[in-house]
Amino acid sequence: MHELSIVLHIIDIAENEAQKAGAATISEIELAIGKLSTIEPAAFDFAWKQGVKNSMLEQAGRITNYIDGKGRCNLCETEFLMETLHQPCPECGEFFSEILEGKELQIKSLRIEEKIKN
Amino acid sequence: MCITCGCGTDEAHIVKDDHGHNHPEHHHHGHNHSHSHGNDHPHVQDRLLHLEKDVLHENALLAERNRGYFDAKQIFAINLVSSPGSGKTMLLERTLNDLKEDFSFYVIEGDQQTSLDADRIKATGTKAIQINTGKGCHLDAHMVLHAVQQLKPEENSVLFIENVGNLVCPSMFDLGENQRVVIMSVTEGDDKPIKYPDMFHTSCACIINKTDLLPYVPFDMDKAVENAKKVNPKLQIFQVSCTTGDGMDNWYHWLKEQVQRLQSA
Ligand SMILES: Nc1nc2c(ncn2[C@@H]2O[C@H](COP(=O)(O)OP(=O)(O)OP(=O)(O)O)[C@@H](O)[C@H]2O)c(=O)[nH]1
Ligand SMILES: [Mg+2]
Ligand SMILES: [Zn+2]
Repeated sequence: MHELSIVLHIIDIAENEAQKAGAATISEIELAIGKLSTIEPAAFDFAWKQGVKNSMLEQAGRITNYIDGKGRCNLCETEFLMETLHQPCPECGEFFSEILEGKELQIKSLRIEEKIKN
Repeated sequence: MCITCGCGTDEAHIVKDDHGHNHPEHHHHGHNHSHSHGNDHPHVQDRLLHLEKDVLHENALLAERNRGYFDAKQIFAINLVSSPGSGKTMLLERTLNDLKEDFSFYVIEGDQQTSLDADRIKATGTKAIQINTGKGCHLDAHMVLHAVQQLKPEENSVLFIENVGNLVCPSMFDLGENQRVVIMSVTEGDDKPIKYPDMFHTSCACIINKTDLLPYVPFDMDKAVENAKKVNPKLQIFQVSCTTGDGMDNWYHWLKEQVQRLQSA
């Protein structure tokens, strides 16, 4: 279950950044997760529920954008939708390809609520 | 929080032995920051922080640090990964015994519990250190950094890092190794590479172990090699039996070549 470990990493980064920015709360977090990143959405959702308890993300909304895998054939340079890492080039059948997109594991943004000094 | 590296680990710790000191400050965790819901500050302002930050950024930085250390000392570091029980420790035991005249070896053992594997390695006369990851299912660069600080591998040595038996999670965590080597055994089925493609994709060599059992299990070697090559056409494949020693020479040859290449660069 590396999803939980990923969730804990996300919490660490988010809390750290929120505190640096002087946030009182985090109201929303936006994530980008590549479909070739080994994260299982169902396992991730489950890990999220467990992981965020007692953290600044407990009440935060979560927007998760799953990014399609995109490969480029090393032989004929065709770019194609990559659903698995062992998918041949649709043009020439070559297995040797470069992954252009789909490996993302990023925190895009945080929406925070700042305290305002009067 | 680790002061040296500024990153947190879950509950991993280095197992204490005769001449090591462990780091009890790494046992911590749990996110119990309390936050009061402002009854006395009615003025709050909404703000969006654009981070675009990689979740594994800290690990990547520490991996680069490890890599820099290995480079500077010309240490050849191998991250050895497989499912539980494919034969990682046995491959090491045999390799360490057979090549002890050729290289100076060091081993970092990663397991959730016990120091059994490190004990097996020490029995070969090799310096080894055990990391217990607790509930953690993989090693990360931070754990390796501290293990290396204690192990103090000498220049021009070969460092094996046996990861926790798991074909999924360790694939995401760069340890700073020169090469990642994945082991599968013939009792696991010839479809392993396409079921767990990430690990085969990120490795440079694949050892297919337990070939002595081929007469007893339905395992199609050609199919296995084909599946592995689909996921990673560059993969070097070695068919071995760690029990009988069959095929080990090819693996040794490759290892020597790799170390020479690094150390003459
Ligand atoms: N028949 C046969 N058995 C083997 C071979 N290599 C390893 N084994 C057996 O497989 C079992 C597991 O071997 P280990 O070396 O402990 O495997 P491991 O990958 O280190 O296991 P974990 O650290 O628990 O993930 C042991 O009982 C070994 O004796 C082999 O080539 N042939
Ligand atoms: Mg082992
Ligand atoms: Zn092509």
